[in-house]
Amino acid sequence: MSQDMSDDKLPQAHGAGEGHGEVAAADNPFADPGLPPHEPRRTDIDERAAKRAERQVSLLFIVSMLATVGFIASYVAIDPAKIVYIFPLGHISALNFALGMTLGVALFCIGAGAVHWARTLMSDVELPAERHPIEADDEVRADVIQQFKTGAGESGFGRRKMIRNTLIGSMALVPLSGVVLLRDLGPLPGTSLDTTAWKEATPTTPIRLINVNTNLPMKAEDIAVGSLTFAKPGPSALRPDGLQESDEDFQQVIAKSALMLIRIQPSDIKDAKSAALGFEGVLAYSKICTHVGCPISLYEQQTHHALCPCHQSTFDLSDGARVIFGPAGHPLPQLKITTDASGYLIATQDFDLPVGPSFWERNA
Amino acid sequence: MKKLSARRRHPLAALVVLLFALVASGGLYAAFAPAEKAQADSSAQSLAIDEGKRLFAVGCSSCHGLNGQGSSMGPSLVGVGSAAVDFQVGTGRMPAQQPGAQVPRKKGIYSQAEIDQLAAFVASLGPGPVTPTQEQYTATETDAISKGGELFRTNCSQCHNFAGAGGALTQGKFAPSLENVDPKHIYEAMQTGPQNMPSFPDTTMPEKQKQEIVAFVRYQANEAPNPGGLSLGSLGPVTEGLFGWIFGLGVLIAVAIWVAAHTTKAKKS
Repeated sequence: MSQDMSDDKLPQAHGAGEGHGEVAAADNPFADPGLPPHEPRRTDIDERAAKRAERQVSLLFIVSMLATVGFIASYVAIDPAKIVYIFPLGHISALNFALGMTLGVALFCIGAGAVHWARTLMSDVELPAERHPIEADDEVRADVIQQFKTGAGESGFGRRKMIRNTLIGSMALVPLSGVVLLRDLGPLPGTSLDTTAWKEATPTTPIRLINVNTNLPMKAEDIAVGSLTFAKPGPSALRPDGLQESDEDFQQVIAKSALMLIRIQPSDIKDAKSAALGFEGVLAYSKICTHVGCPISLYEQQTHHALCPCHQSTFDLSDGARVIFGPAGHPLPQLKITTDASGYLIATQDFDLPVGPSFWERNA
Repeated sequence: MKKLSARRRHPLAALVVLLFALVASGGLYAAFAPAEKAQADSSAQSLAIDEGKRLFAVGCSSCHGLNGQGSSMGPSLVGVGSAAVDFQVGTGRMPAQQPGAQVPRKKGIYSQAEIDQLAAFVASLGPGPVTPTQEQYTATETDAISKGGELFRTNCSQCHNFAGAGGALTQGKFAPSLENVDPKHIYEAMQTGPQNMPSFPDTTMPEKQKQEIVAFVRYQANEAPNPGGLSLGSLGPVTEGLFGWIFGLGVLIAVAIWVAAHTTKAKKS
């Protein structure tokens, strides 16, 4: 120990005269043992150690500040596309690594500094606090109740029923304003979910089925048994160029109109209505799950089951897309298809049911 | 000459003349007959088919029938083509080890030469997709990977996962991981639609698009960087959540215990 140590900083004898721990354990085995005597830390008695701890805490906080500056600097300076090799992690984004490391260091050093400060420099003398009942004494309670009664009597709340009832009514109605505000979130879908881009087709202006991969119309013989093809609506009266990915409303339109095309041996199709909607075994089903609208195209070509990856709803495409497992409430809508004079697959009407999940204004 | 004419009535004279004639005509034929290259090839082909038939009878016929016509144990192989054989046998899926929801990939037991012979025999049963050549499944264009990525997300990612890590299907079936799969086998799978995978024939997905998908899958498996560091199998929220809960929270708990255990008040009793 150093000469900094002075007598008043040295540990003092605890216990005697403080109301704790003076009961001899021999007399009463369940006696309150009281607090153990306070033991000073090195930093309590050694001023140099305290200074060192102070510097350590400050250093941690300064490192945190530097790391924050580094975070901002790397956000500005590092190209998001830059990929670097860092040994245990492999090829990773330099920006992600820098942001994660600097933010992690900044937060860790604040926490470490605070803990170090608390452990070495803040007072660690135990302060016992007796627990008492938190209720007020009888006198105060009686007074408050009397005041409440006086107030209620003066307001006439119990006597004037009309005021009371209108107050209750107005309080009950206030939450409705919140509902009206929420109504602002958007118009209800209305009839916009009942129809898809296939709707515009009529027997005189049919819509061709366009292969999503090749952007070309398909013939029935292109669809092999056991194959899976995705289609989007082709040119129609309202959309002379067909649906293009560059269209402003592409996402809205394809979200309802996405189609999957499969082909099943006509003898294997169990549902006669489904077979009639298809063309020589080529069936066109909506790709949108009727549970919550996930794109569903996990098609098993031997069982003809289509599985939804979100909640495992399973549809039997050989049986009119009947739900055979999972939470979906109704079968996938099927599009009626046929071929035009040139042999290309066409749709001549919209889905008979709204595609996708149930909604308030759905009529089927 | 006298010797010759003296013996012309010898009983063996006719035989000698016949021998001369045979040698002369045979020699002339050998000298002037047109060389038939095509015939040599087709005999090699028929040899392969014969050899394939023999291998088939030993290794495959118990399920697929002696003539590949199928049975209650295995489907008909008429019209599946050589590509299907090259995929199924080349990836070790066939011969199957046991019946089940799905026949998994395993170590192959046939050499490539034997696979080619088997494929030649099965291809002779009926027309079907032909084993692709290397030019067919190797993309050459520079933008093939990005185009392939788009096609992969449209056609493949729903089952095989966005990074080709595979995924679950119904009743024990699954879409296998595409990592470490030979480019030829990826191409053949798209052509033929093995097991429950739908096929993507050239009519709806032309050869060039298949090449692009193969290029993307190979890039994803071999070269694609992980912007965040650990990919955790690219499986999405399950592994990431597990990692966060076990390692993230675990470290925090460990630090909290360490801090509490090292205060000056902590007594080891």
